[in-house]
Amino acid sequence: MMASSYSAKDEDGHITVSGPGGGTLRNKKPENTAFKQQRLPAWQPILTAGTVLPAFFIIGLIFIPIGIGLYVTSNNIKEFEIDYTGDDTSSPCYNCAKNFSWNNTKSCTCTIPFQLDQPYESNVFMYYGLSNFYQNHRRYVKSRDDSQLNGNIDSLKVGASSPMASRKKKKPSKECEPYASIDNKPIAPCGAIANSMFNDTLKLFYNDPNGTSVPIPLTSTGIAWWTDKHVKFRNPVGTNSNLTAVFQGTVKPVNWHRPVYELDTDPENNGFINEDFIVWMRTAALPTFRKLYRIIQKKNNMAPTLPRGNYTLVVDYNYPVRSFEGRKRMILSTISWMGGKNPFLGIAYITVGSVCFFLGVVLLVIHHKYGNRNNSANISN
Amino acid sequence: MTHLVCCVSAEEERRVRANDREYNEKFQYASNCIMTSKYNIITFLPVNLFEQFQEVANTYFLFLLILQLIPQISSLSWFTTIVPLALVLSITAVKDATDDYFRHKSDNQVNNRQSQVLIRGSLQNEKWMNVRVGDIIKLENNQFVAADLLLLSSTEPHGLCYIETAELDGETNMKVRQSVSVTSELGDPNNLASFDGEVVCEPPNNKLDRFSGTLYWREKKYSLTNQNMLLRGCVLRNTEACYGLVIFAGPDTKLMQNSGRTKFKRTSIDRLMNTLVLWIFGFLVCMGMILAVGNAGWEKEVGSLFQSYLAWDTPVNNFLFSAFLSFWSYVIILNTVVPISLYVSVEVIRLGHSYFINWDQQMFCSQCNTAAEARTTTLNEELGQVEYIFSDKTGTLTQNIMTFNKCSINGQSYGDLTDPLETQLDFSLFNPLADPDFCFYDDKLLESVKVGDSCTHEFFRLLSLCHTVMSEEKSEGELVYKAQSPDEGALVTAARNFGFVFRSRTPGTITTTEMGRTVTYSLLAILDFNNIRKRMSVIVRNPEGRIRLYCKGADTVLLERLHPCNQEVMSITSDHLNEYAADGLRTLALAYRDLSEDEWEAWSESHRFADKATDCREDRLAAAYEEVEQNMMLLGATAIEDKLQEGVPETIAVLSLANIKIWVLTGDKQETAVNIGYSCKMLTDDMTEVFIISGHTVQSVRQELRRARERMIELSRGSGGGVGKQLHGSPLPPPLPLSNLMDNISGEFALVINGHSLAHALEADMEAEFVSTACACKAVICCRVTPLQKAQVVELIKKRKKAVTLAIGDGANDISMIKSAHIGVGISGQEGIQAVLASDYSFSQFRFLQRLLLVHGRWSYLRMCRFLCYFFYKNFAFTMVHFWFGFFCGFSAQTVYDQYFITLFNIVYTSLPVLAMGIFDQDVPDHRSLEYPKLYEPGQLNLLFNKREFFICIAQGIYTSVVLFFVPYAVLSNATQSNGVPLADYQTFAVTTATALVIVVSVQIVLDTGFWTVFNHVFVWGSLGSYFIIMFALHSQTLFRIFPNQFHFVGSAQSTLLQPVVWLTIALATAICIVPVLAFRFLKLDLKPQLSDTVRYTQLVRQKRRKPPEGRLGARGGSRRSGYAFAHQEGFGELITSGKNMRLSSLALASFASRHSSSWIDTLRRKKHTHTPPSTSGEKTTRLSET
Repeated sequence: MMASSYSAKDEDGHITVSGPGGGTLRNKKPENTAFKQQRLPAWQPILTAGTVLPAFFIIGLIFIPIGIGLYVTSNNIKEFEIDYTGDDTSSPCYNCAKNFSWNNTKSCTCTIPFQLDQPYESNVFMYYGLSNFYQNHRRYVKSRDDSQLNGNIDSLKVGASSPMASRKKKKPSKECEPYASIDNKPIAPCGAIANSMFNDTLKLFYNDPNGTSVPIPLTSTGIAWWTDKHVKFRNPVGTNSNLTAVFQGTVKPVNWHRPVYELDTDPENNGFINEDFIVWMRTAALPTFRKLYRIIQKKNNMAPTLPRGNYTLVVDYNYPVRSFEGRKRMILSTISWMGGKNPFLGIAYITVGSVCFFLGVVLLVIHHKYGNRNNSANISN
Repeated sequence: MTHLVCCVSAEEERRVRANDREYNEKFQYASNCIMTSKYNIITFLPVNLFEQFQEVANTYFLFLLILQLIPQISSLSWFTTIVPLALVLSITAVKDATDDYFRHKSDNQVNNRQSQVLIRGSLQNEKWMNVRVGDIIKLENNQFVAADLLLLSSTEPHGLCYIETAELDGETNMKVRQSVSVTSELGDPNNLASFDGEVVCEPPNNKLDRFSGTLYWREKKYSLTNQNMLLRGCVLRNTEACYGLVIFAGPDTKLMQNSGRTKFKRTSIDRLMNTLVLWIFGFLVCMGMILAVGNAGWEKEVGSLFQSYLAWDTPVNNFLFSAFLSFWSYVIILNTVVPISLYVSVEVIRLGHSYFINWDQQMFCSQCNTAAEARTTTLNEELGQVEYIFSDKTGTLTQNIMTFNKCSINGQSYGDLTDPLETQLDFSLFNPLADPDFCFYDDKLLESVKVGDSCTHEFFRLLSLCHTVMSEEKSEGELVYKAQSPDEGALVTAARNFGFVFRSRTPGTITTTEMGRTVTYSLLAILDFNNIRKRMSVIVRNPEGRIRLYCKGADTVLLERLHPCNQEVMSITSDHLNEYAADGLRTLALAYRDLSEDEWEAWSESHRFADKATDCREDRLAAAYEEVEQNMMLLGATAIEDKLQEGVPETIAVLSLANIKIWVLTGDKQETAVNIGYSCKMLTDDMTEVFIISGHTVQSVRQELRRARERMIELSRGSGGGVGKQLHGSPLPPPLPLSNLMDNISGEFALVINGHSLAHALEADMEAEFVSTACACKAVICCRVTPLQKAQVVELIKKRKKAVTLAIGDGANDISMIKSAHIGVGISGQEGIQAVLASDYSFSQFRFLQRLLLVHGRWSYLRMCRFLCYFFYKNFAFTMVHFWFGFFCGFSAQTVYDQYFITLFNIVYTSLPVLAMGIFDQDVPDHRSLEYPKLYEPGQLNLLFNKREFFICIAQGIYTSVVLFFVPYAVLSNATQSNGVPLADYQTFAVTTATALVIVVSVQIVLDTGFWTVFNHVFVWGSLGSYFIIMFALHSQTLFRIFPNQFHFVGSAQSTLLQPVVWLTIALATAICIVPVLAFRFLKLDLKPQLSDTVRYTQLVRQKRRKPPEGRLGARGGSRRSGYAFAHQEGFGELITSGKNMRLSSLALASFASRHSSSWIDTLRRKKHTHTPPSTSGEKTTRLSET
């Protein structure tokens, strides 16, 4: 950057230089305000032994009990996990996994027996877990059309071939490519996320000691965020309230067996507001994740929701993960005020708290032994 | 004579014909219109944008913006870049526009000044910008010269005219210009209108003291020199009017040619910052590469198998291409490590600091109603790193006011101020002709005059006769003296007040009023002053017919020429002289000699003979003078105080305690400069040695420098200094590198070097020697240096020492040095304002320098360093999270945060707290930093922000990013909400990490801020608040309903932040980030406290045990050193006796005296009344009655 040093009014210098102090000249004295003189009242904290050391002890004393509390709570939570990928030849699902083909119209079923050692009190939550599944990949995450999912009817329209028409009529967002349309018909719901929706069906049976197999009722609603269910996802409202009619002219995603308007029989849980769909559409942050599948409601106060004993998990095996070395799991878990089992948080709190406390002690010793806080007397110039 | 081939680009010579516009227009010379502005309304936008995109940073962000428009690459929305970029560009554009507006205004003001142009025989008023080359213009007294003129005629005799060139070269004394004799006769406008001479001269150049050309007129040639030129920027003085022919106009004038474009100064922090930004850029590329390689591997191993669920984008057909795209995607998302807001924030902070300088009341001079001004807003933090100060003397250290302070008459010293409460003598009762502004406190002297002590009378008679002062008497008794040097004026005024009033002179007589009685002496001869003689004498015949020689001069030369009978007085007087010299006063010894008529006749004959000699006239004259100035009787000595500016010695003491080396570079003579060195305590008598380098040849200078070094080594070895130990260690002292040896010199040395020696010392092969010698000295004084040399010295130190330099000066002769130093400071007030205009900072008193450096500079440096540390830390913590996330998202350049968060993080959520810290932070209060100048040292040593500190910040930032990513990762991957819904979804993770980040960096700024003003509180808590408010707004249903495709995060904020686990995670991350920092800081503070920490601590515990800075003030011992210094020039004696200048018309003098505040006469008249504002022009320009 260059600047010209010469300013033309310079030659006038003396005219601007002050005169006889007469009242004609403006007094240029800067205002005597605390702001301009940088004398604003200010709090000037300083790290002294008196403030820092107690801080360490206080952090320690707060963190350790919290950590213990968390750890105990977490330990009281019961969790059961079973892998049913079918990678292993001994696995009941091995055949289903091995013979999987996208063209299979009939689903393959496998049954996995398992045993719960402890009774599960209160509500039990049933999850499915996937591993090595990159729901957080950039191309995956963006591959959706929230406007379509929010019931915008324009996003379900046929993509026009002429540019004139395309300006008027929207079609599924470009972000959905290459899962936006098939044969010029928009996919509903479009995008890679929807296309890859988890579609195994999991059923639980309690094997009564007397030999009967009792199906356990699974609630499939109340598993999604409230805002997702009521704000973000809405079925398109067409001229008639029949979902089938509304989705007329759209095609189902390639991997799906059923169109979106047949996901459930309950009209409150069908179409875009199907909760299984909503749960899937809330992408996971990490490649190993679990998603809430069903809730096993507590029936009465006396009996545990899931008594200890033998159970059978029946899987309609539709979802292939072997191609990319993925794993599938089913998880049963009880819950506390702080959510599911999470030993890490408690341990972390205990560790950090102890480290703080220990640091406090070490610093205290150092301060007493070596601390050479000068007093004003020996400030040397 | 008609060269139609005129070269606009490279003019070889200039032809100008007077009064012939048509002829001159052929050459297309520049008009007198000057334009310093850069833009006009139409060109502003394109030109300004073009300029801004020449900045690398801006282009870089533009490039990023283009990358973001490619869908396969775009990992962020375009607005994340364009919003900050637009902000930056518009802020800069507004600033540029304002600057240019003021330039337009000042251009217009100058261009529209009126001047009188001779057009077709009559004078017409024209605007300056309409004046053409070849026009004849009329100038009146006190007008600015509108262009470079050839002086044609003047109202003064001999075509003389007087100009003041302070604006041009900084010299305050008036200069005489004379027209060529043929044109000086032209006189009135009618004759001039028919003047058709043609000037052929050199093309425009910037040499102020040179001009060569030829005037062709009426078939004759007259050569022209600088003596005939009036340059733009000068002011006409003492001359009723004059006429000039415009030779160079507008941009061709020497003033404008000199004002050239200046280098844009950058601070060392700036340079460091640019380096670091380059490094960071390299780091960014590395990160991009690593992640791209990762992407290639992932796409090959995993992505290709995962294609059934996630197909590759259309143009991507293999993993390598995918990796290539992912590289650019990562460049986009990681670019926030060099946030665009960095540059804007730095500018804003500097602007704030500049305002604080402008607003500082303690740098406001109420006498001249001038506040300090930061003229550049880009250098503030460098003020905290200065190591060398180069100071001008006159007008900077001194006020250029001389006062008659003490005298010794016949062995009796007067003027010692025993009682400070003693009242000022009132001369008006005793002497109606006394100058009311004259101050003297010792009434013994007045008593001695009153009782008629003959020595005292003779003493003052000498002072009233032996000088070259001219006087004007406005009305009876109202005398105005015009002295050529201010010392002389002070002496004559002293004599006037003690009853020996110099009234008037003619070439042959001097009229005085001695104790109320008018006496006319006939002036027989003036034995003029020169630098070798160091004395001047007059020979006068009093009305009684007695011939007497009066002599005043340096004690060193005068005491040698006394009559032997003076022995006793001489020894007492020289004791007095030593005392005066030790006080830093300028001394002169006075003596007389009676001459008999015969002696006079004989000498006068030999003098006439010498005067007429054609060869070696100077030498012969000197010999003749020498002959008569013998066997004189000592009268006494005078001591004149060259008044220092207020607080100069204290300032110098404080600055040198702050380890700043001060060099004085002055155009003055060696004696004067040394004298000032003593009076401002740069030199002291208890210094080990003062070396004087005054050799005239390369050899002698080299030798003198070498001798000085040897002496230093020898002396410091003697005193057991560091060098001594080094040398004793080995039996044969190895030839240590010069610099090493010299760095360890202990002991106080000073170096005085003369201009002509300096010229040799600055030559390429000697500069290393010179620098090592000079830098080992506590004080360096360079005298008789030219403006160019001043700049060379500064450049030398810049180059050799890599130290931050500051140049301070007030005159135009300091401009070169002000421009070449890292920081230029202009003293406003006395000598015009050219220096101020070239400077980066200006104020009116030298003593404000300590506040500028030790308070403002120190704070600025501290704040800037803290700001930069925090800023880099913050952005690394912010950005590197993406890097870690890359390993878990298939290196797909997925961002961790919401895109709005990325856009707003730097410009909204975290900008204001750090700005507030950068603007308001203080570690110790201002009076403390003046009290403990050592607090300045970290700046000089560059301790607060350097590459090491930078890496620490970066490491801390990266550590924070690791914690911020992996703590939520570890906690959330298994956690669920209290209703069983897993927390590990992307949006919850994003909100948790972002919140933790904002909280951690806020806690960090809370730790970093040491001075919590109300602004800091508002900004810190406000930013935190704004984060939550904006996040809830962006995640609200309302916005989602309007733009469902833009706000994916609907509901995330409330859903996430209602979870206790999320808050526990944030608290955990914060603790892990902050606890080590806290422990580390505490340890550092506890075990190795910096001085500032200690001062701060003592401030806290309120142990206000003030300790004044232990200066080198006070100590003064008796020395054998001459205090002689006399700012006098040769040649005025001759001018007086020739009578040439005798019609310095009363009018001219009177108005001259009144116009210019810095002129000598004003200073004389104001003398002790420096506390009253200088008088202005207008009211006193009434003409004097002719005497």
